Amino acid sequence: MSDKTEKTERLSVFKTYKLYVGGKFPRSESGRVYEVTDSKGKWLANAPQSSRKDARDAVVAARKAFGGWAGATAYLRGQILYRVAEMLEGRRDQFVREVADAEGLSKSKAALQVDAAIDRWVWYAGWTDKIAQVVGGGNPVAGPFFNLSTPEPTGVVAVLAPQESSFLGLVSVIAPVIATGNTAVVIASEQSPLPALSLGEVLATSDLPGGVVNVLSGRTAEIAAPLAAHQDVNAIDLTGADEVLAKELEIAAADNLKRVVRPQAVDYFGPPGIERLTAFLETKTVWHPTGSLGASGSSY
Amino acid sequence: MPTTANAAPALADVTTSDSTLRRFLHGLPGVDAVGLEARAASLGTRSIKTTAKAYAIDLAISMVDLTTLEGADTPGKVRALGAKAVHPDPTDRTTPATAAVCVYPDMVATAKEAVAGSAVKVASVATAFPAGRAPLGVKLADVREAVAAGADEIDMVIDRGAFLAGRYLKVYEEIRAVKEASGAARLKVIFETGELSTYDNIRRASWLGMLAGADFIKTSTGKVAVNATPANTLLMLEAVRDFRAQTGIQVGVKPAGGIRTSKDAIKFLVLVNETVGEDWLDNHWFRFGASSLLNDLLMQRQKLATGRYSGPDYVTVD
Repeated sequence: MSDKTEKTERLSVFKTYKLYVGGKFPRSESGRVYEVTDSKGKWLANAPQSSRKDARDAVVAARKAFGGWAGATAYLRGQILYRVAEMLEGRRDQFVREVADAEGLSKSKAALQVDAAIDRWVWYAGWTDKIAQVVGGGNPVAGPFFNLSTPEPTGVVAVLAPQESSFLGLVSVIAPVIATGNTAVVIASEQSPLPALSLGEVLATSDLPGGVVNVLSGRTAEIAAPLAAHQDVNAIDLTGADEVLAKELEIAAADNLKRVVRPQAVDYFGPPGIERLTAFLETKTVWHPTGSLGASGSSY
Repeated sequence: MPTTANAAPALADVTTSDSTLRRFLHGLPGVDAVGLEARAASLGTRSIKTTAKAYAIDLAISMVDLTTLEGADTPGKVRALGAKAVHPDPTDRTTPATAAVCVYPDMVATAKEAVAGSAVKVASVATAFPAGRAPLGVKLADVREAVAAGADEIDMVIDRGAFLAGRYLKVYEEIRAVKEASGAARLKVIFETGELSTYDNIRRASWLGMLAGADFIKTSTGKVAVNATPANTLLMLEAVRDFRAQTGIQVGVKPAGGIRTSKDAIKFLVLVNETVGEDWLDNHWFRFGASSLLNDLLMQRQKLATGRYSGPDYVTVD
């Protein structure tokens, strides 16, 4: 063979973006896809266009995963979230490219977003075993009781990811939901869902049990409506909804008294605070009898 | 030696001896396994929506044999199950009652009390369920006790060991004996299709059961790996159809085990409608042996009624 064989042009392998539900990567049950373009209108890929049945299946998966995830020790949850950050670090270039395409940013600006997102995972990983000390604790009560309040996860949380910030914003709304032991059904940004769908691949390889995070792409309004009305969803984060949609969803969500987080303007580069952690917690208070008080005023 | 098949005078001569019975059962046409599975799968793709779905769900609820067959069954659990069978969804009184509750023989009296005053029947498994590995005397005593305690229906298991060894007449006689011991109670004969290994065997067992006077033929106990599948249920439906064509006797079918979702249940109803027709679309002739299926049917029913997806918080924990 001669050395001069001309270099054959390699056909690149296109990636089929798929949903992430119950730890698997299904297509939409409806078989639909929609075209995802970059900020200049150039075609990037086809993303699955989820139907209400995909939403229903995702809720079933999230409910199934809830017991195990909520019951895992806070330490373990922290380790797993940290692992997500590790995995993201390894795929940094891919996410930089996807974010740059999705949001029309330069490579360096996109890199800032991705780095901030990775740091955000680490930040929330640290909070898993500290939030209980901050928002829970022993309560002084006038009686022979040891009175203890602990934060408990709410359950299945539907998350409408921010429409603009396709990755940093996405991470900033998912990580606090699962850090405290909730499970999430996430609707990715309608215009730029690709970073979210790729995040599913990272989560699948990060020891995160299947079903803890479920990522759907498609028309936000179409998927959000059945989730807001779903009787087995315990909370909904409306970040990615516009004003009209948010109002509609909040009305539907009132039916089974979901916890609702209304959309608000957020600078995702700023310090996140713990509002998003506490938004999906409920407080359980137990009264533990310590025996009657003795003559000395103490039962001990 | 039994010389008359009470059920089927037209086929009386086939049960006169072991060899005639074998000749008859082995003379049944072989099953086209690929064709059977393809047929079952293609019928499973029917889309049943809106009013048809509502009808199917209510029909399926009315066909459920609400079952609890655990070693850990307590009288309390059986009473709770009975209450659920009578009013599956207490928040919606238009929900039909289930067909029956299915329990172990020692729980029959408790179950009978729990469903008293309703149309819900009490079915009892018997004959050393689920293995069926006990002497005939013990099996018959099991049946008599269950009937004496008030069971309306008896779910017996066949002796799979004898069947697989080719001793068909033994199986036949055992079913006859159990039928006699059951008296007025309707007899469901469980083949444990998952242990019969071939479709041909399932067809033979179906005919054997029907010749022996079964009121119902039932796929499985729910205790082995492979339970009711669309294919083996389709095969049994074909058998009851052919049996009625030859003898004029209608026999019921009960798939049991592994049917957990409304979607599955509706697929079975499509099989029934397409194979044996409307005559069997009634809980006198078709049943589902299930426990968790009922909750899924109720959740789907709530979804149809309200337009919102329901969840496990809105049905009972069994």
